Amino acid sequence: MPNVVTANRLLDGIVVYLAADGSWTEDIAHARIANTEEETKALEAEAAEAVKARKVVAVYPMEVALHNGAVDPLSVRERIRASHRTTLTEDWYDVPL
Amino acid sequence: MYRYDEFDHAFVRERVAQFRDQVDRRLAGQLNEEEFRPLRLRNGLYLQLHAYMLRIAIPYGVLSPRQLRQLAMIGREWDRGYGHFTTRTNLQYHWIKLVDVPDILSALADVEMHCIQTSGNSFRNVTADPFAGAAVDELEDPRPWCEVIRQWSTVHPEFSWLPRKFKFAITGAAEDRAAVLFHDIGLKIVRGPNGENGFRVFVGGGMGRTPYVGLEIRPFLEKQHLLSYIESILRVYNLYGRRDNLNKARIKILVNQLGIDKFREEVEADWAASPRKDTIDLPESELLRIQSYFAPPDLVPGPIVDEKVEQRRITDPVFANWLKNNVRPHRVPGHCIAVIALKEPGRTPGDATSEEMELVADLAERYSRNELRVNYTQNLVLPHVARADLVTVYDELVRAGLAVGNNDLLGDMICCPGLDYCNLANARSIPIAKEIAKRFEDPKRQELIGPLRLNMSGCINACGHHHAGNIGILGVDKKGTELYQISLGGSPKDDAAVGTIIGPGFRAEAVPQAIDTIIETYLANRTDGEDFLATWRRVGPAPFKEALYGAV
Repeated sequence: MPNVVTANRLLDGIVVYLAADGSWTEDIAHARIANTEEETKALEAEAAEAVKARKVVAVYPMEVALHNGAVDPLSVRERIRASHRTTLTEDWYDVPL
Repeated sequence: MYRYDEFDHAFVRERVAQFRDQVDRRLAGQLNEEEFRPLRLRNGLYLQLHAYMLRIAIPYGVLSPRQLRQLAMIGREWDRGYGHFTTRTNLQYHWIKLVDVPDILSALADVEMHCIQTSGNSFRNVTADPFAGAAVDELEDPRPWCEVIRQWSTVHPEFSWLPRKFKFAITGAAEDRAAVLFHDIGLKIVRGPNGENGFRVFVGGGMGRTPYVGLEIRPFLEKQHLLSYIESILRVYNLYGRRDNLNKARIKILVNQLGIDKFREEVEADWAASPRKDTIDLPESELLRIQSYFAPPDLVPGPIVDEKVEQRRITDPVFANWLKNNVRPHRVPGHCIAVIALKEPGRTPGDATSEEMELVADLAERYSRNELRVNYTQNLVLPHVARADLVTVYDELVRAGLAVGNNDLLGDMICCPGLDYCNLANARSIPIAKEIAKRFEDPKRQELIGPLRLNMSGCINACGHHHAGNIGILGVDKKGTELYQISLGGSPKDDAAVGTIIGPGFRAEAVPQAIDTIIETYLANRTDGEDFLATWRRVGPAPFKEALYGAV
C-alpha cells in the first residue's frame, strides 16, 4: 500500500506532508508517495532530519490510496486532517467520508 | 471578583517569563519535543489535530468585561477571531502559533489571567454555580470557597504529581447547576444541625471511560475544616490511586474499588491524625479577606413587573420565548439573570467570535455590574440585569445574533470540539450538533418538547458530558467509520444518573433521524407535565428501543 509522511509544523502546528521536493506542504495532493517499504523508510528518515532541524513535530507515515493519481487519506481522521477543518461547512458530508 | 495581590502578579509574571525562555530554548533546539511537551502542558498548550490549542483558565467561570475584551483581542490578534467556551468553563483557542504563546500569556497576565493547571495531572479549574451570588435559591455564595481552593491547590507541592487530573465543583444553591456529582470532589453548601452553613462532600464522581455518580463521603463538614479535610482526601488518593494504568488512575476508580465506606475510613483516619489540621485550615481573617472580593453589588430592589417587558412579551413571541427560557429570577427583586446562549442553529456550540465577546463585555459593563459568567453548558451569563433594562439587552443581543431563546432546551446542546480539532477524538461532534440543530430549528417544536439536556462527545473521554445527557451521543471509530452510540436517561442534576446505551450505534447521517425518533417516542409516551427524564424513568427503554430498532 502506498504511504505518505505527515506531521505538524513546529511553529504553528498546522498539518503538513513531506512533498516531492523535500519541502513540507499543507496540500496532501503534493505529498510524495512511497510505494514500497524501503521508500517509506527513506521518507521517514528524511522526516526525522526535519524533526531535528525543528521544522516539524509528531511525524508518522500513513497509508493512502491513489485514485487516478489523487491521494485518498483513507481514514476519517486523516481525511479531516487533510481537509484542515470541516466545521465551516453546512453539512458534515461536505468532507466526503 | 477576586483581584490579584502583589504575590499573585509576581507569580504569574514569573511563569510567563519561564515559559518564554522554554519556548526560546525549544525553537533554538536546546529542548526537544519530548522535553518540551510536559512544560507546555503545564501552561495549557496542547498540540491538537490541526494546530496548537491554548486553554485559558476562567476560575469558577467568572469574568470581568475587561478580561473578556482581552480574550477577544487575543482571538483577533493571535487566533482566527473566535474562541471556544468549554464544559470546564474555560476558553480554548484552537489555532495558536507556538511562537506567539509567550506574548499571549503576557497579555493574559495583564488582566489577571493565565493557563496554569489547565492541563496535566493537576488540579483543574474549579467550577461553580453560574448563578452564584445572584440565584434566588442560594444558601451561600460558593465563589469565595472556589477561590480558597484555587489558591490552596495552585502548584501545591504535595499534589503536583497526582495519579491523574482532579476536578472540583461547588454549589451553594438548592438546584445543582454545576454537575457537582460528576466531579472528583463535589461540594454542596448545606445548612448544618445548628443552623450554620457547611459542606456536604461528595467524592469519586466523573465521566470518561468509567462514569460514576459521586458518593457522599461526609454529610456535613464544618466550613473552617474544608482545606484540611480535602487535603486528607487528596492524600489518600495520592497514596493509593493507581499510577500503572491511565484508565484506572482517577479517584473514582479508587473510591469504587475500595468502596465508599473503606475510603471514608481512610480519609477520616488521615484527617484525625493530620498534624497540619490546625495550620492548614483557613484563618477566619483570610476567609473574610477573600469574601470581601465577592461582595454582592448594591442593587436597588425594584418592582418585579416591568411594563416594557410585559408589553414586549405580549407583542413579540420570540422575545417571550427568550424571556421564558433564558431569563432567570434574581435574589434582588426587579433584577434577573440573563443567559446568552451560544447555541443558535449553525453555530458551533460554545464558540464566540471576538466581536461577540466585545459586545457581551459591553453589555456586562452597562447592564450587569461588570460581571459575567461562563456556564459549563457553554453559554455566557449576565448575572445582574435590571428588569427595566431587559428589553434593551435583548435588542442588542438580537442585533449580534446572540438572542436565541433555547437555554436548557434541545437546541442548547453541549458539544466537545471532537475530531474537527481534538487529537484524542474518534469522531466528529460539531457537524452532528449542527445537523441536529437544523433538524430541530423550529423554536415551537423545542418548546413543545420542553427541558432537555442533549450532550455529545467525540470520544470516550466525555468532555461533552454525554453520560450526563438526558440524551447522550458518543462518537466512536468503528473500522474507520464514525459511528454514534446513543444513551438515554442521564442527568447532571441532583438526581444525577449515567445514561443507558440504548442499542447499536448509528452512522453520522442517521443520527438526526434517530434523535427525532427518540423525541417522538417521548412525546407519544409522556403524560401531562412530564419532562423527558420523567417519562424515561417511568416507561424505561422498551418503547425507545422498539421505535429505533423495530420490535424485538
